[in-house]
Amino acid sequence: MHRAGRHRSSVTEELEIIAPSKLAIENVSKSFKGASGPVLALDRVSLNVAEGEFVCLVGASGCGKTTMLNIIAGLEKPDSGRVLANGKPVTSPGRERLVMFQEPALFPWLNVFGNVLFGLKLKPNLSKKNRHDVAKYYLELVGLSRFERANIHELSGGMKQRVSLARALAPNPRVLLMDEPFAALDALTREQLYGDIQEIWKARRKTIVFVTHNVREAACLGDRVLLFSPHPGRIQEEFPVELPRPRDINSVDLAGYATRITKALKGLGKTATG
Amino acid sequence: MKRFLLAAAFFALLLLIWDAAFRARIWSPVLLPSPWQVAIYLNSAAVDGTLVKATVITMRRLLVGYFIGLVVGLPVGLLTARWKLFGDTIGTMALGLQTLPSVCWVPLALLWFGQTEAAMLFVVVMGTLWSVVIATETGVRNVPPIYRRAALTMGSKRLHMWFKVILPAALPFIVSGMKQGWAFAWRSLMAAEIFVTILTGFGLGQLLHYGRELSAMDQVIAIMLVIVVIGLLADKIFFSPIERFLHRRWGTSQA
Repeated sequence: MHRAGRHRSSVTEELEIIAPSKLAIENVSKSFKGASGPVLALDRVSLNVAEGEFVCLVGASGCGKTTMLNIIAGLEKPDSGRVLANGKPVTSPGRERLVMFQEPALFPWLNVFGNVLFGLKLKPNLSKKNRHDVAKYYLELVGLSRFERANIHELSGGMKQRVSLARALAPNPRVLLMDEPFAALDALTREQLYGDIQEIWKARRKTIVFVTHNVREAACLGDRVLLFSPHPGRIQEEFPVELPRPRDINSVDLAGYATRITKALKGLGKTATG
Repeated sequence: MKRFLLAAAFFALLLLIWDAAFRARIWSPVLLPSPWQVAIYLNSAAVDGTLVKATVITMRRLLVGYFIGLVVGLPVGLLTARWKLFGDTIGTMALGLQTLPSVCWVPLALLWFGQTEAAMLFVVVMGTLWSVVIATETGVRNVPPIYRRAALTMGSKRLHMWFKVILPAALPFIVSGMKQGWAFAWRSLMAAEIFVTILTGFGLGQLLHYGRELSAMDQVIAIMLVIVVIGLLADKIFFSPIERFLHRRWGTSQA
């Protein structure tokens, strides 16, 4: 009885809602070698993200927003400046900050369940039973319990991204970094996922940095929308979105925000070409 | 069941055509024995043990050599994929040697090792090794970077990354390299056995060779059939299940 109780408590511990991190990006610059000389992808970008905040980075492709995300993830190193997660500098990737990529980077040699387990197996001090319980919990959270034995290629695009989400959530990170995760999906699937992601964000309390070029999507999901300008990559403007949640992508209020952001985005295009 | 019956009917038809050609006496019966004569030879060779002994000897040479080729080839392939220095040196050498038909190793093996088992083994290893090295290297180089990145964020590093991400991701390439290595090893061993008489054991190739020396066409054809059947069995028993698994998991084929 006692042992069973302890066992259960360690799964609940693992599933506990932990405090999300705050992020501080300080003067981050990064350049790449382009065909015609170096390209300044990020130019002294500074940004603070509060604990549990949902921030969207918007901009034309090539404006450095994905580079920003990779630097926060620790997958790329900035040329100068630094990223702090809860005050600690980010120097390498870590399971505190998990990434959901545009292409669902699921492993084809594992089935759905194996993919969700992958990150859990790398977490120390988790018994096999606990790992399995945690994986099941998250598969249920994304609504794919029935597909845990399925092979990856048997899933639709939307289902693949749900598995990616479950895989990213399973090790219980404090920050979720999402790189255009819905860009390749059809509109109907996307709308469903907007609802789901808001619900999960509320239930699991994560700090989320979400990169997209879809303005409406950004306005629908973000507490704040940050507009990136290209060449060099900078944060041009900031739009707090003060709408009650859950938000509907088709609501009129949201359209108002989207129009304002789109206008600003087009203005950037003019100065860039003109 | 229907597929099986059709296949059986096809092979029965082949036998009938063969038999008809024999009966028509277009060629001398010395050059074209009847299926029945071949069956009689197979039966007698099976009963007196020559066939079993030769098969065991050949398979032992093949399996030992193939296994050595795999065990050496896999890590070497990983090294050449991982470090430029190895890729530029060993990788280039492997690519060159892989284009060399493996039967070309036979004269060298003979001079180095004499008419010994070591010579046979050497030829089989050379047949296997380079294909496995090249396939492993290609497989590892073709692992989509996004798998590594995703694994990195989840805390996978070094050995874990190699064994749980890169190797499984490269598996389709590695398996096709293993299959090619097997085919090369099998061909080169047969060539070596036909060329070279090794007193420590008569393999299938040697039986084939003596069949020719004695103008015993029933023996030649019977041994050829045995060789074909072994090749088929290796494919059906060993490689097909692996390939079916890969196709099912990766979704690369409807079969």
